[in-house]
Amino acid sequence: MLAEQGKSVLACEVDAKGDLASAFELSSVGFAPTSSSNGVKVMSMDTEASLREYLKLHLKVPIVGRIGPLAKAFDFVATAAPGVKEILTVGKLCYEVRAKNYDVVVVDASATGHIVGQLAAPQAIQSLVKVGMIRGQTDWMLDILSDPAQTGLVIVTTPEEMPVAETLQLARDVSAETTVDLASIVVNRVLPERFGPGEESLFEAMKAERILKEIDGIVDGNVLEVLRAADLATTLRRNGAEHLVHLRQGLPAGTPIVLLPYLFQRTDGLRTTTQMATHLAEELT
Amino acid sequence: MSKKATPISIEALLSTREIVIACGPGGVGKTTTAAAAAAMAAAEIGGKVLVVTVDPAKRLADALGLKGIGNDVAKVPKRVFTAAGITPRGSLSAAMLDTKQSWDALIAAHAPDAATRWKILGNPLYQNITGRFVQSHDYIAMERLYDLHATGEWDLIVVDTPPTRNALDFLDAPERMADFFSSRLLRWLITPSRSSLVGLATKPFTQVADRILGTQFLADITEFFMSLESMYEGFVERANAVQRLLADERTSFIVVSSSETVPLREAEFFVDELKKRELDVGAVVLNKVLPATLSDRTVNATAQAVLAHTSEIAEALSEQLDAEPEAIERVLVRVVESFDDFAVVARREDQSRKKFAQRSAGVVTVPYFDHDVHDMGTLLELGTVLLGTAS
Repeated sequence: MLAEQGKSVLACEVDAKGDLASAFELSSVGFAPTSSSNGVKVMSMDTEASLREYLKLHLKVPIVGRIGPLAKAFDFVATAAPGVKEILTVGKLCYEVRAKNYDVVVVDASATGHIVGQLAAPQAIQSLVKVGMIRGQTDWMLDILSDPAQTGLVIVTTPEEMPVAETLQLARDVSAETTVDLASIVVNRVLPERFGPGEESLFEAMKAERILKEIDGIVDGNVLEVLRAADLATTLRRNGAEHLVHLRQGLPAGTPIVLLPYLFQRTDGLRTTTQMATHLAEELT
Repeated sequence: MSKKATPISIEALLSTREIVIACGPGGVGKTTTAAAAAAMAAAEIGGKVLVVTVDPAKRLADALGLKGIGNDVAKVPKRVFTAAGITPRGSLSAAMLDTKQSWDALIAAHAPDAATRWKILGNPLYQNITGRFVQSHDYIAMERLYDLHATGEWDLIVVDTPPTRNALDFLDAPERMADFFSSRLLRWLITPSRSSLVGLATKPFTQVADRILGTQFLADITEFFMSLESMYEGFVERANAVQRLLADERTSFIVVSSSETVPLREAEFFVDELKKRELDVGAVVLNKVLPATLSDRTVNATAQAVLAHTSEIAEALSEQLDAEPEAIERVLVRVVESFDDFAVVARREDQSRKKFAQRSAGVVTVPYFDHDVHDMGTLLELGTVLLGTAS
């Protein structure tokens, strides 16, 4: 959506599952950004490559070559020093922001359980590391992350019990443990309201046996099965609406909530991505 | 290694295995499925059943009649079953996994002496590892499972795995832990600080590390791992034992998913990875399956007939329903729209399910429930479907 407004956008996927690749219909996505057909640059986070780039940029020593198999050393460092992976992820992203290589960097972050760890990594590192290069590095990362004008967290959820509970938990954790601003909540897969006022009771009345028989006679079939689909839709929508209310009540007042419709046709590919972008644009204006 | 040639029902799984692990993508009802299976096992099969969850959902605690599910095992009161009209043949208990508490307990168990224990527990690195960082959840989940199993107190333990995106981290966690503690690099890092002859800064690696990380941090790391090293043998032994238990034929995995494109793709990945590790995939549970009538040809034809005859139907019913024909027509159009919408989804999901069933046996489908699972009654209702429909 942002790309269509003529901005240069980097979309980054943090856990290498390749979902972004299919959303933009690219064959594969690596650490080096790939351009998609609608102009979005897409990359996938690779902490080892990030470390390599970091060392190249900041150490400017040929020592990198002498450490020997970097992968092995990296594995060790990453396992030994907790948070190294997290900081490399956040660091790379912040670097792209600082370097102003793109107008907007959009991150498809890891699942709820992991994101707080990643966003809080600079602080965690700061409390552990008192001096040294890393310390200086985390300072500017924190500046970027803490500035609501530069960084905003968007939590994406669905109107179901668990996702809503997780979202509320995440919103609490983020404000307690990180300095990142919660920009908005996007609720995906919201079912449309089918019936207008009074229509639902009319629909209920149609389910009387007498009425059903009459319709069955006209259409020569069992219409109850058709009505059941509408029943299902109504129930699911009503359940969803309850969870939405719960979500609204649980969030700090004033947190923007954007609702996106359930797409029945496809759930994958560039067309869906474009459709969702259009809906998102409509909701935001 | 247990490699099942023919799939067995979930009922058979629950009555023959000692450990059943539910894994799969997030948001597909994994926790509820695990709880329903456990409740069903306690009610119908008997024995002492324990469900270990990572999800502190209040509704689940409510359904089990518990105030909350904590790190300690709590027994589900019998009256919760009787209230649902069931006289359970066995008993059900529940525990939630608290990462930090479990780590502390683990350290306490393995530390050679009190001094080492406090040194580790007080180390800032330790607090960060256990509290914040990710992989520790995965390892401790398996560790706790081993512990509970080792007590011999339970006939069946049903485990709900952490919602980890990096799907199978938790399976590799014990092995990685063992690898890590036996790694030469760890020794290498620890050695120089022990020897007064070789200073810290003489090695190129530490030199770089020092520049990047700072001396204090390095010292913390070194201290941390030196204290941990005293627990090395215990750790590696345990990690290996956990690994063996997972591969044992007493353990089976249930992959839980929905039939939507993305979760199903992840479920395929889970099944493949489990097989690659020669772990036993006992069953695949697909939740939230839409009613079969939606993709039924005759019913679809009826829906189209309704749409073709809206005005006729509206005329005929106007008086009986005491409504304007236009209003009735509108409702009918909406109904068919709704039907068509879901029919599209149902057909697509049917296809993906068929494709999935070709590569993985033992697929169990669970329909959309029109109410949330909120008490033992609904939990057992779900459990009945789980046990009854193996294909």
